Amino acid sequence: MFITRKAEFSASHVCRNPDWSDAENEEVYGAAANPHGHGHNYVVEVTVEGEPDPVTGMVRDLKEIKDLVNAEVVEPFDHRFLNKEVAPFDKTIPTAENIALEIWKRLDGRLTNGSSRLHAVRLHETSDFSVEVRR
Amino acid sequence: MNPVLVTASRRYKFSASHRLHSPLLSDEENRELFGKCNNPFGHGHNYEVEVSVRGEIDPQSGRVVDMASLDRLVLRLIVDRYDHRYLNEELSEFRTEIPTTENVGRQIEKRLAEAWPFVHPALEGIRVFETERNMIEVEHCQADKPKRINE
Repeated sequence: MFITRKAEFSASHVCRNPDWSDAENEEVYGAAANPHGHGHNYVVEVTVEGEPDPVTGMVRDLKEIKDLVNAEVVEPFDHRFLNKEVAPFDKTIPTAENIALEIWKRLDGRLTNGSSRLHAVRLHETSDFSVEVRR
Repeated sequence: MNPVLVTASRRYKFSASHRLHSPLLSDEENRELFGKCNNPFGHGHNYEVEVSVRGEIDPQSGRVVDMASLDRLVLRLIVDRYDHRYLNEELSEFRTEIPTTENVGRQIEKRLAEAWPFVHPALEGIRVFETERNMIEVEHCQADKPKRINE
């Protein structure tokens, strides 16, 4: 069984590879290459896989997931310019793909409890584009 | 698990009309089975298609797919073909097949799979939303994907 908890954060980013020319960056990232940055209301879905506990009837206490996601993702990312304020995005381009992977790395291992564990991280950058990292 | 394998999903929209009617059933049976969707004049929806691709994150771009190329592909093959059309009468694939969401989804997956120009990433599957409440999902079967037991 899978249980999913949603969280939101708003942040700005710029997608540019410093080894490429302006024209190359523009071609790959379009408007997202604007060096001044731009922002999104990101929505992250964290999915844990497991079976309901026979005593509590829950796969996992949702508050535990909420608190971890708040501490590891929402607090450090919300209302930040990711490239300038949140490691590793000073070195890694903060595409939705890389942000989702970073969220996965921050959560994986910390949601393992008995037979339940992190299954997927899905990051929605807009209503038309999302990225999923899963086991 | 290889954590660098990532699925990216992109949504596209088209508006089209259709009518659900099976030539194998009587008019009364069609009315009973399809209800309002059997209205002889057809009716329309704002469809949304979610295309999911799966691959490694390119270390240079930080992306799984070149979004502009994917957009061009889906616009050319799907949106331009279906947008503002009466599916039953204007699309050859629905002369013989009833344009249910299931069949629309199967046709979209087939068209994308046949023309898929990328070595990486792979087409993972598609989802078609006929309304906010009706959605069907078509997985793309790949030769290298292990089949499920009982399949």
